[in-house]
Parts: sequence; C-alpha cells; structure tokens
Amino acid sequence: MINTNPVLLKELRQRFRSFKASLILFIYLLVIGGFVLGFMYLNWRQEAVVFNPSQSREIFAMLSVAQLILLGFVTPGLTAGSISGERERQTLNVLLTTELRPAGIIFSKMISSCAFTILLITATLPLFSIVLMYGGVSPSQLWGVFGFYLVSMYLFAAVGMACSTFFRRTGISTVTSYGITAFIGAGTVFLAAFIYEVSRGNVYPRPEGVPLSVQFLVDINPVVVLMRILGEGPPFGVSENWLLPYWLVYTVFYLVVGTLLLIWSSKRLNPLRRSKL
Amino acid sequence: MIEINGLSKSFGKVEALKDLTLTIPSGQVYGLIGPNGAGKTTAMSILATLQTAGGGSAMVNGLNVITEPAKVRRMIGYMPDFFGVYDGLTAQEYLSFFASAYHIPENKHHQLVNDLLELVNLQEKHDSYVDNLSRGMKQRLALARCLVHDPQVLILDEPASGLDPRARAEVKEIVRQLKNMGKTVLISSHILPELSEICDQVGILKNGSLVASGPVSEITNGGQNARVISIEVENGLPEMIEHINGYPGVIKVNQTNTGARLIFKGEQKAQGALLKELVQEGYPVLQFAVQSGSLEDAFMAVTGEGKSND
Ligand SMILES: Nc1ncnc2c1ncn2[C@@H]1O[C@H](COP(=O)(O)OP(=O)(O)O)[C@@H](O)[C@H]1O
Ligand SMILES: [Mg+2]
Repeated sequence: MINTNPVLLKELRQRFRSFKASLILFIYLLVIGGFVLGFMYLNWRQEAVVFNPSQSREIFAMLSVAQLILLGFVTPGLTAGSISGERERQTLNVLLTTELRPAGIIFSKMISSCAFTILLITATLPLFSIVLMYGGVSPSQLWGVFGFYLVSMYLFAAVGMACSTFFRRTGISTVTSYGITAFIGAGTVFLAAFIYEVSRGNVYPRPEGVPLSVQFLVDINPVVVLMRILGEGPPFGVSENWLLPYWLVYTVFYLVVGTLLLIWSSKRLNPLRRSKL
Repeated sequence: MIEINGLSKSFGKVEALKDLTLTIPSGQVYGLIGPNGAGKTTAMSILATLQTAGGGSAMVNGLNVITEPAKVRRMIGYMPDFFGVYDGLTAQEYLSFFASAYHIPENKHHQLVNDLLELVNLQEKHDSYVDNLSRGMKQRLALARCLVHDPQVLILDEPASGLDPRARAEVKEIVRQLKNMGKTVLISSHILPELSEICDQVGILKNGSLVASGPVSEITNGGQNARVISIEVENGLPEMIEHINGYPGVIKVNQTNTGARLIFKGEQKAQGALLKELVQEGYPVLQFAVQSGSLEDAFMAVTGEGKSND
C-alpha cells in the first residue's frame, strides 16, 4: 500500500519526523491526562475513599467529551492546511503535473492525517482504561466510544480537507473548518432546541411528538450521540431510535457526508475542471 | 513537438494570451522571451495541463493538452517560475517521491536518483534536506525532478531567474545537455542574452502575442532579415517617426533619448530605400546605422522596454 502511495509515504515521513508531531502528541496527552487525573484527585480529596461506579462513570463521560472536543480541534486543524498549504508553499502545481490523480492526493493526505489522529486517540486508551477499572462503564461502551471517535474524526478531517481545497489560504480554511465543526458540535443542538421550542408554541395541551428536524439534528449531534453511547437518554423527548439505531444514523450520515466532501474535493483539485471562484 | 494554435486566455478583463501560435519541432530548444506580464507563464501552464485555454489549441506530441491531460503529463517535465520544495525530505527522498508519483518501480529509484543528481551536479547533496539547499541548488534539483520520468518535452519557466551568474551558467549548461539528449525544450526568460546561446529559436512575446519569432540569428540584427537600425536626426524627430512608421520593412519604431530605433525586416535594398526616402523628404539625418548589438537590443526595441536589469 505504501509502495503505491507516494504522497502517503511522504506525508507520513514529513508528519512523523517533525518535531511538531511529538509536540502535539505531548500536549494532547498532557491536556487529557491532566484533566482526568486532576478531576480524580479533587474527587479523592473530597471523599477520601475509593471511587464508586457512578463517579467513575461521570469521569469517563467527561473524559470522552474532552477527547471529542480535542479531536474537533486537532483533526480539522491537520487537514485544513493539507491542500492550501501545498498551494502556499507552491508545491501543488508540480504535484498536479505528475501522474498522481487528484483523488489519490486527497485520499493519501486524508489517510496520513487520520493516521496521526488515530495515534492520538490510541495514546489515550490507557487513561480510559484506568477509569474503566473503577467500573460504571462497560468495555462495550468503551469500544462504542472509540468507534464513534473514528466516525467523527473522518467527518472532521473531510470538512478540513474540503475547506483546504476550496480556500487558497490555510488561515481562512482553518477558521472555516473550525466554524463548521463548531456548528456540527454545538450549532445542531441549539438549532434543535430552537425548533423544538418554536414548534411547541404556547398552546395547551402541548402537541405530542417532536418535528423530524429536531429528531434528525439530535441524531447527528456528536455530543448528544456520545452521551447516549454512555447511557444517557435522548433530549427533547425524541424517540430513542428513528428508522435505524441512533448510532447507526450518526455513522451512516457522516460517512456519506464525509465521502461526498472528499469526492467534491477531488473534483475541485483537478486543475482543468475547476470552476472559477 | 509542441504546437500552439490560436491560443487565447483571459483573466477577467486581462487578456493574458491573444491568438498565440507557435510550433517547436522535436529536439529543438525554443526560447520564449517577454517582459513580466507578457503571458509566458500562462502559455506554459496551459501546456503543462494546469489551466484551461480560452480558445485555440495546444498540442504536445500530437496530444491535446486540454482533452488528454493524463497522456500529456507523462510526456512533459514542467518547472514553474516559482516553486517550493518540501521540508523534512532529503534530496534523494524528494526525487524518489516524484519517481513514485510517475509510477516508476521502487527498485529503479536508487540508480535513477543517482543518475539525475549527477546530471545536475548535486551528487554530494544526496542526503541533504532539500529545504536547506541554496536557491541555485534547488533550481537544479527541480530540473532533475522534471526528468525523473524521462519526458521528451520540457517546459521550463524562467529557470535562471533570480540566480547569480554562476548558478545561471550551471542551469544553462544543464539545458545544453538536455538538448544533446534530444529533448524538446520550451524555456522562458524576461532577459534575452541568457537564452540566445542555447536556443535554436526564440519568440518574443508581448501582451500575449508573439511579436517576433524565428531562429536566433534571424532575430538578432546579424541576421539577413530583422535588424535594429538606429537613426538620429538633427530635428523633426517626431515627424520622422510618424513618417517611417508603417513604411515597408519597418516593424516597429521607438523613440530613444537621442533619436529613433526601429526593427527593420527586409533586404539590404529596402533599407537603402528607407534612407533615401528620409533624405528625400528633407529630414536632416545625422546617423543611420544598423546596430551590431546583441539579441537583447532587438528584444528591447521590439517590446519597447527600457533596459532591464534582471
Ligand atoms: N491567475 C490569474 N488571475 C488573474 N490574472 C492573471 C492570472 N495569471 C496571470 N494573470 C495576468 O495575465 C498576464 C500574463 O501573466 P503571466 O502569464 O504570468 O506573464 P509572465 O509569465 O510573462 O510574466 C498578466 O497581466 C497577469 O497579471
Ligand atoms: Mg512568469
């Protein structure tokens, strides 16, 4: 695979050889580790007894959300410069005159960024395991959370990639991808809350059921889905599973959206098909 | 073989190329000369399949660059006017990366990279990081990079610009070797002398059109056809310029500090006729001389640029 993917090999080489990579990994672990251990320490000072499972569950949930937020920062950050960065460093044109196809370039850059993110996620596994040892969370939930991270990471990376192909400047691309990521992470649930409130109106008795849009927005919100994996119920009284299990709605929707973004990016990268913008 | 036919390209209101037509036979080195903004880069990047054309066609070895870009890419080596190199890669890894990008089998890379580095005289930089190389070395490395897939046609956009004289000579030497290898080379520059020695033909581009084209000897005033004539008159310079503008054989007239310079194309007799005309019309001609200058003079005269200092 590496033999047939020069861009991937080069990207991995550049990425993992750089000091920046180690630094990101270090800071990432420091933030997450400091967060968990600090929280545990505070808890321990308060009660000075062994954790009970419900506390452990709480820590696990906070740890999971913290990791999701960090992923929301790191992943789009990694891909948002992948094409625009080549453009800025004036290396893109030469790349496009080789026999590499735009789709291949996008694919390789995607894999190399995701490989690094997967390294970050994997590096936090021990932390999760420590919390897991105190009970309150099942191993299957742990795997669910990590599967959820992979899907979310794919989406965030694809968003960054699309912005990177669309915008000439890495700065604008990065800000836009963070904007979109923030909308996915927080905007969707605010929008759901808004629609929910408006749809209920002031009439009594309140109507039964919630609009489909609310159900949908809740199902595609990463924070809500993550909390539901950890055993929370859905908000706004939406149904538990709509057509498909909630986690499958999330997975299918974002895999499709991510893939469409990548296909679109490949098309835009083709210099002879690029529409003028 | 490169054939450009009626090529045009606009960016908004700017017409970067206007009906550009030129043919470069296989194995020839063609110099495209023009001031900044003349359209050299635009023409070359269309040939390099990086831009669509507004009209007309461009073919490389009989393949249309717009409709068959993948096949064209296999045949050309392109060096842009401005380019960067990747940081964190050694010269050997850099070339090997591009070799893979052209699907050259891994087991051939070692020999290929060594040969290329030798060609551009960078053997000792085999394991140096490319971002630490000097500008001249990067330029030579980029030339090596153009050659990884042994393309028949090379498109080199101002490969010598911004280099010191020594590095420029090295680049020129490499182009000379490419010519000996039988490659077809399209090379551009905004200054002419550096190309006059290595090119079989040159074309002078101005505002997107070719204003002169032909063998180097023909463009330079030493040739039988086009030459630069400088004329000085005691008075009545503007009227004189007006008068000879459009006269048979006069391609272009420019006013200079002391008189007029014109590009003249035609036989010796026609040149004599022009002088006779001036005298008969009563212009007090002080000097009427064929310039024995360089190609650059012809270029400057044609494009109407002041002396360029690179
Ligand atoms: N991408 C672009 N967008 C807008 N104008 C452009 C673009 N590329 C080139 N031009 C314009 O086209 C003209 C020719 O440019 P170029 O081909 O770069 O000239 P040269 O390489 O001879 O200096 C210039 O006027 C330039 O401003
Ligand atoms: Mg240029």
